[in-house]
Amino acid sequence: MSTQARVRQRDDHYTSTGLPSWKIGFWTFMASECLFFATLISTYMVYKGAAVEPPYPDEILNIPLTTISTFVLLMSSLAMVLALEAVAGAKRMLTIAWLSVVIVLGIVFLGFQVYEFTHFVGEGLTIQRNIFGSSFFVLTGFHGAHVTVGVIWLTTLLIMAIRGKLPPAKALNVEIAGLYWHFVDIVWIVIFTFIYLIQ
Amino acid sequence: MAQPEAIGQARRRGDQPHEEQAHASVGFYWMIGGILAAVTGLEVAIFYIPGLGSVMGPLLIALSAGKFLLVVMFFMHLKFDSRIFTGLFIAGISLAIFMVSALVILYHYLPRFRV
Repeated sequence: MSTQARVRQRDDHYTSTGLPSWKIGFWTFMASECLFFATLISTYMVYKGAAVEPPYPDEILNIPLTTISTFVLLMSSLAMVLALEAVAGAKRMLTIAWLSVVIVLGIVFLGFQVYEFTHFVGEGLTIQRNIFGSSFFVLTGFHGAHVTVGVIWLTTLLIMAIRGKLPPAKALNVEIAGLYWHFVDIVWIVIFTFIYLIQ
Repeated sequence: MAQPEAIGQARRRGDQPHEEQAHASVGFYWMIGGILAAVTGLEVAIFYIPGLGSVMGPLLIALSAGKFLLVVMFFMHLKFDSRIFTGLFIAGISLAIFMVSALVILYHYLPRFRV
């Protein structure tokens, strides 16, 4: 583990493995989330090319725009890991700065998604229009919902940091939020390749 | 609070107790971020190269898997963390890959079920 791992948590419950129970539970949760997104990705893949009326994916997906949003999300993951280092190193201002960067980049990503959805609806692609619309909006919509939850979670941590209530002893709180954020990032890495690039 | 006997048990099993694990430097994280950005650029460049045909799919999947591994190993710290977390995650991701592969093969390649 990283710097934060050197910090012992005062209020943490440890299992017989010597590992924090919260962290074990969260990794288990993420394993289950893999299956959740696998069902949505499977659905998209199974019905790929099965839409009988336009708009079709190759006509409507905007690769340059999505590349930028992918870059934004990847850089937010970098900022997240730097925020964690800052918390563990008791660097309060850096913690606030990097958490703010993650939140802003998360909001920018969501902004891109809202723009994309709005544009698609304007082009006639709705969730009910065809099977591509249904599977695309459900998959990317659930991902967007996860990003939204992450932004809210990180905002609560930012407020704690601003109030000085995020000492190195609470680095595990940031680490768990970071794990969630990175998970959302890796899901997008898969979505970007399988939905946007491989058409 | 960490229990000394629990940490002792973990040490005997070869797992690293939570507070004694190695870690990467800030510069290293920046480097990983740079690689992720570069690979994303490469993926998009490949997308626009005409005539790649059947090579494009496997190439993009390989690059995507590389990015996935970099984030999981270094940003999520699985490279430095306990193998128990790695086991949990591999269990989930293996099932997920199996499920996607099985359904795609079933509905795209077996004529009886083709969508």
